[in-house]
Amino acid sequence: MNAARKLACVVVLAVCAVSLAANWLAPAGYARQFREAPSAPPSHQHLLGTDEVGRDRFARILYGTRISLLLAPAAAFVSTVLAALVGGLAGYVGGIWLRLARGFTDLFLSLPWLFLLITVRALLPLNVSPLVSVLITFLILGLLGWAASARVLSTSADALRNSDFVLQARASGLHGPRLFFVHVLPNLKPVLYAQFWISIPVFILAEANLGILGLGVAEPLPSWGSLLRELEGLISFREEPWRLVPLLLLIVVMTSFQLLLSNEEVTA
Amino acid sequence: MLMRKTLLWKILRHLGAIAALVLLGGLLSATLVRLAPGFDADERELDPSLNAESVRALRQSRAAEHNVLSFYAGYLRGALHGDLGTSHALGQPVQTLLRERWPVTVRVAGIGLLLAWLLASTLAFTACLWRRSAYEILGTTVSGAFLCIPAAVLALLSVILNAPGYLAIALIVFPRIYRYSHNVLAKAYTLPHITAARARGLGEARILAWHVLPVAGPQMIALAGITVSIALGATIPVEALCGLPGIGQLAWQAALSRDLPLLVNLTVLVTLVTLLANSGADVMNYMLRPQEAKRGPEEINAA
Amino acid sequence: MTGRRAFLRLLFCFAPLCLALVFLTLTSGAAFSQSGGELRFCLRSEPKTFDPLLVDDDSSLSIRYLTGGVLLRVNRHTQDLEPELAESWKVSDDGKQITFKLRRGITFSDGSPFSSEDVAFTIQRLMDPALHSSTGDAFRSSSGAVSTKIIAPDQISITFPAPLAGLERLFDQVAIMSAHSPKKEAAVLGPFMVAEYKAGSSVLLRRNPNYWKKDSQGRRLPYLDSIRLDIQSNRDVEMLRFKRGELDLINVIDSDYFDRLAATSPQLAHDAGPSLDSDFMWFNQVASAPIPEYKRAWFRSTNFRRAISQAINREDLSRVVFNGHAQPAVGPVSPANKFWFNNKLKAEPYRPAAALQRLQADGFHLQNGALFDKGGNPVEFSIVTNAGSKPRERMAVMVQEDLGKLGIKVNVVTLDFPSLIERISQKFNYEAAMLGFRNVDLDPNGQMNIWLSSAEDHAWNPQQKSPETAWEAEIDRLMRAQASTADPKKRKESFDRVQEIAAEQAPFIYLVNQNALSAISSAVQGANPGILSPQTFWNAERLTLNSTTRASR
Repeated sequence: MNAARKLACVVVLAVCAVSLAANWLAPAGYARQFREAPSAPPSHQHLLGTDEVGRDRFARILYGTRISLLLAPAAAFVSTVLAALVGGLAGYVGGIWLRLARGFTDLFLSLPWLFLLITVRALLPLNVSPLVSVLITFLILGLLGWAASARVLSTSADALRNSDFVLQARASGLHGPRLFFVHVLPNLKPVLYAQFWISIPVFILAEANLGILGLGVAEPLPSWGSLLRELEGLISFREEPWRLVPLLLLIVVMTSFQLLLSNEEVTA
Repeated sequence: MLMRKTLLWKILRHLGAIAALVLLGGLLSATLVRLAPGFDADERELDPSLNAESVRALRQSRAAEHNVLSFYAGYLRGALHGDLGTSHALGQPVQTLLRERWPVTVRVAGIGLLLAWLLASTLAFTACLWRRSAYEILGTTVSGAFLCIPAAVLALLSVILNAPGYLAIALIVFPRIYRYSHNVLAKAYTLPHITAARARGLGEARILAWHVLPVAGPQMIALAGITVSIALGATIPVEALCGLPGIGQLAWQAALSRDLPLLVNLTVLVTLVTLLANSGADVMNYMLRPQEAKRGPEEINAA
Repeated sequence: MTGRRAFLRLLFCFAPLCLALVFLTLTSGAAFSQSGGELRFCLRSEPKTFDPLLVDDDSSLSIRYLTGGVLLRVNRHTQDLEPELAESWKVSDDGKQITFKLRRGITFSDGSPFSSEDVAFTIQRLMDPALHSSTGDAFRSSSGAVSTKIIAPDQISITFPAPLAGLERLFDQVAIMSAHSPKKEAAVLGPFMVAEYKAGSSVLLRRNPNYWKKDSQGRRLPYLDSIRLDIQSNRDVEMLRFKRGELDLINVIDSDYFDRLAATSPQLAHDAGPSLDSDFMWFNQVASAPIPEYKRAWFRSTNFRRAISQAINREDLSRVVFNGHAQPAVGPVSPANKFWFNNKLKAEPYRPAAALQRLQADGFHLQNGALFDKGGNPVEFSIVTNAGSKPRERMAVMVQEDLGKLGIKVNVVTLDFPSLIERISQKFNYEAAMLGFRNVDLDPNGQMNIWLSSAEDHAWNPQQKSPETAWEAEIDRLMRAQASTADPKKRKESFDRVQEIAAEQAPFIYLVNQNALSAISSAVQGANPGILSPQTFWNAERLTLNSTTRASR
């Protein structure tokens, strides 16, 4: 396990370093269109080839890493916190609050949020800066993505409420918020971490789908989601295997992160 | 006697709550659809052959649906008689559409979900029982890989490989199940009484069945409840791309064309299924809790 | 040790299940069932209606083309008007009346006889102002009733309140319905009839046993037994199915897929040359639009629009986005429209230096690589376009880069179609928009509602009470002139001038004319893809399928 975790650590640091050094490693920039070589295969100049309008794919991956790997975990954190608050707290308090929270969560899971997103886009000005559009996109994703795990958390918290050690803690005089944060919440960590790790790639992919609604990262900013959407022209990937690099990179990075923190997830 | 009456009362209260939530869900979704921009817009407006009156008539064609409350009241009135409205996009009564399509979705989502649980459980139990890091890494990598592949790509892959739609759904859903169930199981395994049981020489299977599952079980059952709504969500891209005439394909059509009658019905259906699945999970958890039953009145008040 | 045993036990339980799964996967491929004589292709969207008079969207138009019988047909290949159900026709000198002599002995698909009564019924229904159909509206350019006179069972005359330019060609869109048949719109005169419709899934058309047309050997047409139209909006899936032999043709194919196909099977990919379609962008010039006043001033300045037009590299767009299967567009009419195209005009060449000079003439100036207007506002605007069209998204990104070289910051916003339509035709809260125009009609009369300043499709400033600029007033006059005479030469003169004004003032900045690309499998015989819609199956009644080629795929 140690060897694997060391490797994971190295991978994570390497990815961070490389994406921060994007300016030096990929001086071409992510927006410059090399129009005489669209959809080009890898070469000296373009390590991973170019996309359909001639932008350097390697540069786009590096810059996209910054955006997606910074904001997706932030959004995942937001959704995890919300899930903990709604699901965990309700489960802990129990009674009518638990029922209300469960009903609210179920309703939340079933509504067509697509239309809310369309409305949000309409309310935003058209000339919003790419950075702001990205922040808003991931904020919305965080605010909408908590429902599924809140449900599971409510059950976990409910079970904990009546468990022996919580009763013991209560008996020894611990009450209310302190009891929740010190004893209950740490035991909800497995579910919270699962929620966190699942949310990151889900949000990265969702951001790309939001592009259809006018939300999402604005051109010419690259994002992992838009790079992964290139895979949809699947028919050609056997002839163009370098198109799979963003996917492989994401898988490697996600796995490394999870391996690094796997002990954290299960210990109280 | 007291228990049976209380149980019946609880079930009735539960069903009442479900009905109220379903109705509320329908109203909220109608509001969301109605307020979203583009409700009155029809792409035929851009056709230069249409003259001014025709364009005006086109814009007015949805006037009856402008007031959400009156639309919803009308819809409920019709629903009581079995008339669920007519779809704008497909020009057919919603009832016919739903009746033709729900078996397809139930089959695709149902089998997909079962497969997903099978796959996820195999990986999760393997990683927990056989506590070698290799299995941990394998499970994380495999489930992580499928989580990172866009659902549309998985659906396209299944079209390319001529694989059935439920396989795509299984591959979309299982990573989520795996992560949760792996963490929950792994946590359960770290509890002190497991070490004690092992020290006493109990077999792994015994430990799993008698000591781990009872702790992890409720959360797994709750997870099973929400995976139903995750699977339903996954049917939308899968059915649309694999050409399966189910409810997911209908939902996509309805969303694109802002088809209010169809969308309201679909939301009501999805809310109902979600509520039933999650409530079913809650009920099962409630019934499987032996300690609580022994606790008596305190538990009945607290739950 | 015990863990391993437990694991093995688990494995033995799951193994058969896993094997079953593998087995299922390998054998459950879609069974390739083909009955010789069924043509298969896809519709990109759900057909909205089967009533031939109300048809407006692509999919319904395709079905109408295959099932409807018309009096006169525009030959999609030669672009000439040919007699169909009408043996001959005559337009009166004043252009207000048209008389048809119909073929005799024709019956509808259900056996009921076809006569001038059915034509009268169809026309009366079509001319009902409450119908709100695009086919009907095309006839009713002025108010007043249309009257039909049945002269004989095989002769009918139709009188219009005002002369209609290009009258005969409009009858290509009018599918004759039965006046008496109990089957109503299900009784058709075309080569095929709708046999089955699975909403959201597919439409099955079967041959019309009573179709009147016969081939030169006297054999009854159509040759095909049936046509299956699957509803599939995803182009990747469509392409896949075509490659696998499950589809026989792709009517309109994107240049990406065209090139991929041409790389492996060049004989299946057909490029019929420039089509009538154009892609263009325009600026919002509506006086009451919720955009800043200084931006409105830019958009209303001809210099600004022409400068933007000059700063866009159309050759690059054609080459990069369409792989050369497109050419820079000149104006509202594509060169493929041989008669109406003003061939004195050329596409705006790429001249960024000249563009900058034009802008400087208007008071714009460059500062630190960014462009500012005379009021000191940075030049920044957004282009809205519809999501789901990859070529258009790529064009927008390339335009963004081109204009960026001039110091202009462009934001590309892709929206879903209903939101987009609301912005550009109802709320006018947009700055620039990029769309495409699918031109089905050769006659410029079809574009009347785009060029008249009072019309709704006058995209940059619709429904003006009176023309707000001199050049728009001039265009109004010219369009009305070309509509009020039947003399083709006079009409062409007027419309040529309209094209010149459009090039000078650039209310629409035309980008490219795409080529008509299609894919046809080798099993299909007799196909002759053209540029007029429907490109590949315009002669569906004469297409045949080579069943041996199909079976071997």
